[in-house]
Amino acid sequence: MKRRTIKVDELTRVEGEGAMHIEMRGDEVTDVKLTIYEPPRFFEGFMQGRDYSEAPDITARICGICPVAYQMSSVYAMEDAFGVEVDGVLRELRRLLYCGEWIESHVLHVYLLHLPDFLGFESAIHMAKDHGETVAKALRLKKAGNAIVSTLAGREIHPINVKVGGFYRAPTKQELGGLLEELEWSLGMAEEMVRFTAGLSFPDFEKDYEFVALRHPEEYPCCEGKLVSNRGLDIPISEFREHFVEIHEPHSTALHCKLKERGMYFVGPLARYNLNFDKLPENIQELALEIGLGKTCRNPFKGIIIRSVETLYAVQEALRIIKSYEPPAVASVPVEPRESVGHGCTEAPRGILYHRYELAEDGSIRHAQIVPPTAQNLPTIEDDLRQYVTQFMALPDSELKWQCEQAVRNYDPCISCSTHFLKLTIDRK
Amino acid sequence: MANNRPKLAVFKFASCDGCQLSLLDCEDELLAVAGKVHIAHFPEASRESVRGPYDVTLVEGSITTPDDVERIQKIRRRSKMLVTIGACATSGGIQALRNFRDVKEFTSIVYAHPEYIRTLETSTAIADHIPVDFELRGCPVNKYQLIEVLNAMLWGRKPQIESGSVCVECKRRGTVCVMVAQGMACLGPVTHAGCGAICPAYNRGCYGCFGPQETANMDPLSEKLAGLGVLATNIARLYSTFNAGAEPFEKARRQVEATNN
Repeated sequence: MKRRTIKVDELTRVEGEGAMHIEMRGDEVTDVKLTIYEPPRFFEGFMQGRDYSEAPDITARICGICPVAYQMSSVYAMEDAFGVEVDGVLRELRRLLYCGEWIESHVLHVYLLHLPDFLGFESAIHMAKDHGETVAKALRLKKAGNAIVSTLAGREIHPINVKVGGFYRAPTKQELGGLLEELEWSLGMAEEMVRFTAGLSFPDFEKDYEFVALRHPEEYPCCEGKLVSNRGLDIPISEFREHFVEIHEPHSTALHCKLKERGMYFVGPLARYNLNFDKLPENIQELALEIGLGKTCRNPFKGIIIRSVETLYAVQEALRIIKSYEPPAVASVPVEPRESVGHGCTEAPRGILYHRYELAEDGSIRHAQIVPPTAQNLPTIEDDLRQYVTQFMALPDSELKWQCEQAVRNYDPCISCSTHFLKLTIDRK
Repeated sequence: MANNRPKLAVFKFASCDGCQLSLLDCEDELLAVAGKVHIAHFPEASRESVRGPYDVTLVEGSITTPDDVERIQKIRRRSKMLVTIGACATSGGIQALRNFRDVKEFTSIVYAHPEYIRTLETSTAIADHIPVDFELRGCPVNKYQLIEVLNAMLWGRKPQIESGSVCVECKRRGTVCVMVAQGMACLGPVTHAGCGAICPAYNRGCYGCFGPQETANMDPLSEKLAGLGVLATNIARLYSTFNAGAEPFEKARRQVEATNN
């Protein structure tokens, strides 16, 4: 029987380090492994004994691409533990900060990490030689997202203004007002991004996934809501551990997370969109239908369109928040530590990010659990590769290898996060 | 076709990816940089990987596994100029907190099968293992400083990176001292400049993410903090975050803990 091996020792255009290894025997795929060799950093270990107030700054360091997500999940968890609700303008400011991160992270992935696959370039820098204007405009849009984060919270990477209870300092009207001009331009650019990505060609690849995302009664999800799926999951975030389980596989320094009852599932932009289409503003729903995206999308390669739709949403939402902004009387609400357990789950650009803390009476952390989105998607990514290789086995090795890399990048995997992942090997035996 | 532009490589060890992301965050400068250098190895941004030797190599992250120890030697041999970027690469990063505890205890907290995990007892700076041409501090690095260091390396000159403390940046920015005026705990007096003194401008004390400045005078600060009523455990925590493994911060922490016991 013919054996075939395809391997990539170092997966590129992903955040962090991992490898892919695929083995085939004749027409059968015998093994698919995403080996994650990113060194472990033991965050949950050294969180023990730290003060609750340190969680937003320390957990941000798990990921340089989505630090806001870590800060938000941790502050919501602490506030849940202490019985504090942060509402009104402060809640709006948190949403604004998250919009900034969605924009910079999605634009980074769409144009710099994923688009080169669709257009056949090694990188956005190679792509810029033929598509200079597109890359320049993308960088300008990315910068508009980063400007939200740095204006509101000091700097783009590891912002310094987020605390349990709110912010250290609320921005002035003038500071936020300064963002309006670029965001107005970004609105048009983001719509262009949606139409452009919708015009790309996509492999005919669909699967019947279980999608999991937050759902909020009034808005497209961000920091709050219930955890729902298209197969009947509907739970408060505090019941996460009763329904999800983390598994330690030998080939990975990232834990894999599965649904106890049904196994693998899918988090991220596709899940959010499919489960919350009705919560998008009317103009964005109309645009999505006009470009032929439909209300449900099961093709992970089309994640690039949905990231663009979400970018448009985030720009629009940021403009709404800034235009109605009146500075709050106080930048944060007081919190009183107590012996407690708190849960936080927010929609990081790559999907749900769950934090759980057990706290002592003095506010020190007794136990921390952090479940990042990529760890949740790993079993699904491996399964996608298995099906993809089976479906497209006739392709020559070099082409199949590149397309498998693209299939991994569909998920915008963040390996730095998931080890709290990637090399690629396709093995045809 | 032979490419005559100098070759730039970016390598990663244990880290959050934030410092190399700073390069992609240079939205206004990225294409200009890409025009001047050949980005020969930068896995986060490109599938292309060109073999060394490289003219300038940027290294992010700290040494935490037996493989890392060997890999950094190979990278050094292939690099003319090697610059370490960020707190992980220059002081071991937040993961250096393991240096002061039993790492076996940590792996068993995070992983169900600690036997699958290969790791060293310590997280250490790159310069502890190889000679380094320049260390750029920060958690994360300041992207404008990163561009300056790249420029300097390409022109063969010394980088113009200020070596003073965050206090100097605060004065220049016109921020009223949060420690003097509000009694806040602030590491500004001992912390390396470079961030632009953002924390005090946002009404909080500096938490030392750029690490100790060259002549950090720790003991008077510890005394001042104690005088402000900051508990010894909290002073020790302040010194043991993203640059916990930097010698002045580590020594000051031990000192505070010893005095307290």
